[in-house]
Amino acid sequence: MEATAYAYLAAGFGAGLVILGAAFGIGKLASSAMEASGRQPEVAGAVRTSMIIAAALIEGATFFALAICILLALK
Amino acid sequence: MTDSLTPPDSLQTSLADTTAVAARHGEEFDFNHLLEHLYDSRTLEFPGGHWDIPAFPPVQIGGLTIDLSITKHVFFLLLAAVLLTAAAVTASRRIRKNAVPTGFANLVEVFVVFIRDEIVLTTMGPAGLKYTPFILTTFLYILIMNLLGLVPFGASATGNISVTAGLALVAFVMIQVAAIRAQGLSHYLAHFTGGVAWWLWPIMIPIEILGIFTKAFALCMRLFANMSGGHIVILALLGFIFLAKSIYFAPIPVIFVVAINLLEVLVAFIQAYVFAMLTALFMGLGIPQGEEEHGH
Repeated sequence: MEATAYAYLAAGFGAGLVILGAAFGIGKLASSAMEASGRQPEVAGAVRTSMIIAAALIEGATFFALAICILLALK
Repeated sequence: MTDSLTPPDSLQTSLADTTAVAARHGEEFDFNHLLEHLYDSRTLEFPGGHWDIPAFPPVQIGGLTIDLSITKHVFFLLLAAVLLTAAAVTASRRIRKNAVPTGFANLVEVFVVFIRDEIVLTTMGPAGLKYTPFILTTFLYILIMNLLGLVPFGASATGNISVTAGLALVAFVMIQVAAIRAQGLSHYLAHFTGGVAWWLWPIMIPIEILGIFTKAFALCMRLFANMSGGHIVILALLGFIFLAKSIYFAPIPVIFVVAINLLEVLVAFIQAYVFAMLTALFMGLGIPQGEEEHGH
């Protein structure tokens, strides 16, 4: 296969791996946020804010890797 | 070319022009044609046509040749700045006249109070109140730029890595300025050693210096990738209509595109909030809160 084909293949695999990591991380985060809100409904607001911030940070790291995949796919 | 390749006149947009041109040349549909909507360009599109912005020759500033002509993203930068200034001046005039604001001034006050109480006070404490205008400008400017990308014929300037790099550069400078103003220059430089034994300094100091750059770099990449990623997904979904070569396939991707556009509105707010919040957080890390010894 020529280099471009490898690049497209790598971009596809890379994007899949990236979303695996991101979904796992954010899923764990959301589950603990749900449990905390269930135990103590009065802190649900603060928990929700922290959850959104942490999710945005995890997604930021995801997008680093995704940008590399896009660079590969656009070659 | 069959009729189903050219959309009906009511759907004539520059998007259709692109594929019509490509179809006339007999090319296969290429996603890169669609992706050109994300890149900066010298033509502004508005309902009814487009305008090729005239470019003036590059300017020499002390040995560097910089092209200062206005492109699409620069236009939206300026537009967001004008909108923000107009909103802020109008709201402040109305609040000055009437201490209990109503209507538009009330809306702006909601944002100001939110930034001051939730972001500045919680991360920087009372010593950080003088940085409230900066954090407020950061949040509102990024928010307006993000939202301008979602209206028809708009483009989000924050989808351009140069723009987010500029914003991250300003945030980087302000983080160092806040730390130096609060701690003094000698304390700020001593912070680079990280409080370890002196023989670890050759390892610690480069890591610390790298650390201050990675924070700003992460700010830049996060905003850029979130904004352009959303637009890429929307364009890719719309591209499926052209891949299917039939206008009757259009409703399915269009429904998804509407859903993703709504998600993009949420992401616009969240990313502006995260950028402002992280900038305030990093500035707050440099401002000693009084009772901390040498926290890290």
